[in-house]
Amino acid sequence: MTATDSGERALFASTTQAFLGKEASLRTVRDLHAADKSFDPAWWRRAAELGWTSLLVSEDLGGGSVSGNGVADLALVAEMAGHTVAPGPLQPVSVVLAGLVDADNRTDHAAAIEAVMAGEAVASWAVYEPDRPFEPLAPTLTATATDTGYRLRGGKDRVEAAAESDLFLVVARFGDELRQFVVPADAAGVRIEPTPSIDMVKRYARVHFDDVDVATTASVGGPGQTATLIDRQTQIALILQCAELVGMLDEMLAATIAWAVDRHSFGRPLASYQALKHRFADLKTRFEACRATTAHAVSEVGARSPDADVSASIAKSFVGEWASVMLQDCIQLHRGIGLTWEHDLHMFLRRAALYRAMYGDPDYHNRRIFACLTESEVAQ
Amino acid sequence: MTETAVSTAQESVDEFRGRARTWLAENMPRIDRDHPPATRLDQDASWQRARELQKRLHDGGFAGICFPREYGGLGLTIEYQKAFNAESAGYEMPLILNIPSFTICCATLLDVGSEDQKRQHISVALRGEEVLCQLLSEPSGGSDLAGVTTRGERRGDSWVINGAKIWSTSAFAADYGLCLARTDWDVPKHEGLTMFLLPIKHPGVTLRHIAMINGSSEFCEEFFDDVELPDDAVVGGVGNGWQVASRQMFHERRSMGRSSEFSSGLESDDAEAAPIDYLDLAQRTGQTGDGRVAALAGRALAHRAVAEHLADHVYQGVLDASMPAAAGSIIRLFYADASQLELDTAAAIASTAAVVGDDAALFDVGKRYLERQIVSLGGGTTEIARNVIAERVLNFPREYAADRGVPFNQVRRGTAG
Repeated sequence: MTATDSGERALFASTTQAFLGKEASLRTVRDLHAADKSFDPAWWRRAAELGWTSLLVSEDLGGGSVSGNGVADLALVAEMAGHTVAPGPLQPVSVVLAGLVDADNRTDHAAAIEAVMAGEAVASWAVYEPDRPFEPLAPTLTATATDTGYRLRGGKDRVEAAAESDLFLVVARFGDELRQFVVPADAAGVRIEPTPSIDMVKRYARVHFDDVDVATTASVGGPGQTATLIDRQTQIALILQCAELVGMLDEMLAATIAWAVDRHSFGRPLASYQALKHRFADLKTRFEACRATTAHAVSEVGARSPDADVSASIAKSFVGEWASVMLQDCIQLHRGIGLTWEHDLHMFLRRAALYRAMYGDPDYHNRRIFACLTESEVAQ
Repeated sequence: MTETAVSTAQESVDEFRGRARTWLAENMPRIDRDHPPATRLDQDASWQRARELQKRLHDGGFAGICFPREYGGLGLTIEYQKAFNAESAGYEMPLILNIPSFTICCATLLDVGSEDQKRQHISVALRGEEVLCQLLSEPSGGSDLAGVTTRGERRGDSWVINGAKIWSTSAFAADYGLCLARTDWDVPKHEGLTMFLLPIKHPGVTLRHIAMINGSSEFCEEFFDDVELPDDAVVGGVGNGWQVASRQMFHERRSMGRSSEFSSGLESDDAEAAPIDYLDLAQRTGQTGDGRVAALAGRALAHRAVAEHLADHVYQGVLDASMPAAAGSIIRLFYADASQLELDTAAAIASTAAVVGDDAALFDVGKRYLERQIVSLGGGTTEIARNVIAERVLNFPREYAADRGVPFNQVRRGTAG
C-alpha cells in the first residue's frame, strides 16, 4: 500500500506527508483538543486542494485519482494520517462521496459533489439508528412522499463531525424501500445534539430529523440501487479505518521498539530480555498481518471484486480486534509512562478503540464472514 | 503400460500437459471419491503402494520432472511439474514420497552430494526403489540442533557411528537417512559436524516407532551401536555437516510452504490435514443460524484468510528485499497461532460431541485438539521463531549462548534425555 510506483504518486505521497507533518502533527491534535475543536475548516480546504477529496470522484465530475486507483490512493492518505492520528473529516466525506458518485442520478448531486470536493462543504453519513447496533440495511427513520419530494422523520446517532457538517447522507425507509437522501444541515427540522467521544478530536452527535422536507432530487440512487451503494460506502469506511490503523500501529510499534532499545534496566537494554523480545516478535507478526490483510482488502475494494465485501470484513475483524490489543501491549512495554496524559500512546489507543467499535465491531464482521464464506443465514 | 520414447526436450508445457493427461488416464488408478485410499503414514502397506506408484511414474517417463536427466529425472522447469500436478488431480499418487524423500533429501544431495551419490541415490529413488529420511534431532538436543552428540569416529578406512536420533519422520519406511554426527569435539559446535548417508537396515541400527497422542506412529527413534560406514557415506565433506543440515532446513521450509519444484502431485486430501468445515460442525450440532457460533467460526475463518494474506505479503517482501529472509519466521509463527485458534474454535463449537459421542466427524475434532501443539513444535518451535523475529528481523540483541566459540568438549551438557 505504501508502494509509490509512479513518480506522480510519489509526489502526491510526499506533499501529503509534508502537509500532515506540518499541519496535522500530534501537537496540533493536542492544541485542537485543548481549544475544544475538532478541526480547522480552512485547514480542511487546503487538504482538499491537495486532492484528498477528489480521489473517488471521476474526471467527468471534476475529480481524479493519482494512480488510476482512487481507493488505493485514498488508503495511502489514511495510512499517512494514522501516523499522527490526524484530525479531519476524511472518513465521513469519503464515504458520502463514494455513495454520491456511484448513484444513478449522480448528476442531480453534481453541486454537492463539487462543494465537498472543494472542501467548502463537509458531509457525513447518518446511518446508525439511535441506540441500535450497526444495521445499515434496517433503518426505522421514515421518508414519506410530499408534493415536492420527501419528508423525513426519525433520528440518527453516532454521526461523525455532525456539528461541522453541511450535508448529511441519511439512510431511510420509504414504504418497503430502502433509500438514501442528501439533507442540508441547515434544513428546517434538523437538530444536532453533540455526544461525548473518546477520541481527542473526532466528534459525534445525535441528529434529529423532525419532519424535514427535501426535494425529489435529494434521493441518492434508485430503490434498487441503495443496498449496493450502502455496501460500497461501508467498504470504503472499513478500508479507511484499517489503513489509518496500520499507520497508527506502524508509528507506535516503531516508538515502542526505540524505547526498548534505548531504555536500560539492570545494566541491559530492555530489548535484550527474552520475555520482552517474544512480545515484540508477536507485535511485529501481528503488525505485518494487519498490513497484509488491509492491503488485500484495499486491492479488492479498489478493483470492485466480488470478494470486496468479505475482504473488507476480514480486514476489519482482524485489524479492529488486534489494533487495540497491540496498543495496550505498547503501553505495558512502556511501563507507567505509557499511562500518562503527556505520552502520545493514549491518543492512538483512543482512535483504535473508536474504530474497533464503529461500522460494525469485530463480532459483527465475524458473523458476516461466516455467512459469506459458508453462504448461510446467520442471526445478527 | 505405455512406453514413452518421445523426446521431452523440445516439448512445450501444453504438449507435455496433454501427454500427461492421456498417460495418467491409461496408467494411474483413479481415486474413488466415496472410498478414498486410506494413506496412513505409519503403515508399511502405504509405503509399498507408494513405491509401486512411483515405479509406474518412472516407467511412464513422468518421474522427477525437475531433477536433472543425468540423475534419472526429466530436467524440465517447474512449469512442467505444475502442469503435471494439475493433471494428476483425481489420481492416486505417491504423495508420501515428496516430504522428506524427494523435496528435502534428494534436493540436498543434488546441492551438495558427490557425483556418485547423486547418480546412485536420486535415480534409484525416482524409480521407487529407495526412500530417504532425515536423522537430525536427538533425545538430548531439543531446539539446539547443532549440539548433536551422536559420534562419528574414524577407525581405519571406515567411520563408526554411535548415538541416538529422534523425531525422524517415516524412518521405518526409509532405506537411507541423512545422519548428522559429531566428528570433531575440539572445535566449536557448528564446526565439528559431518553428514552421513546411513543405511537404515544395517547392523547396529535399532529402530523404534514412537506412538503419538492421536494413535499414529510415523515418527521414529533410532539407536546406533558401532554402525560402520565407508568413506563415501560422507555427504558434503568432513566438517561440513552444518552447511549440509542448513541446506536440508532450507529445502524443508520450501517444501512446507508448498513451493518445491521437486514435489509431484497435488496436496494430500487426507482427513488429518483437511481444513475445518465450520458449517458442517454447526449443522451436525444443530447450531445452524446461531449467532454466537457464527461469530466464533467467522473469527477463525478471518484468521485463516489473514494467514494467507500474510504469507503472500512476506514472500513478496523477502523477494523485493524490503524484508530479510528471516521474516519467513513471521509466517511460521502466525500460521501456528491461526491453526490453534481454528482447533480451539472447532472444539468450542463441537462441545461435548468432541469428547463423548458417536458422530465420528465431531469426535475427530477432539482427537485433532489433542495434537494441537504440533503446529507450534514441528519444523522448529514458535519460541525459536520468536527469537529469530526479534534478533534477525527487529535486530534486537542476540540471546547469550554459553557455547558460542567454545570447543564442544568444553560445553556443559545436561544429563536428561
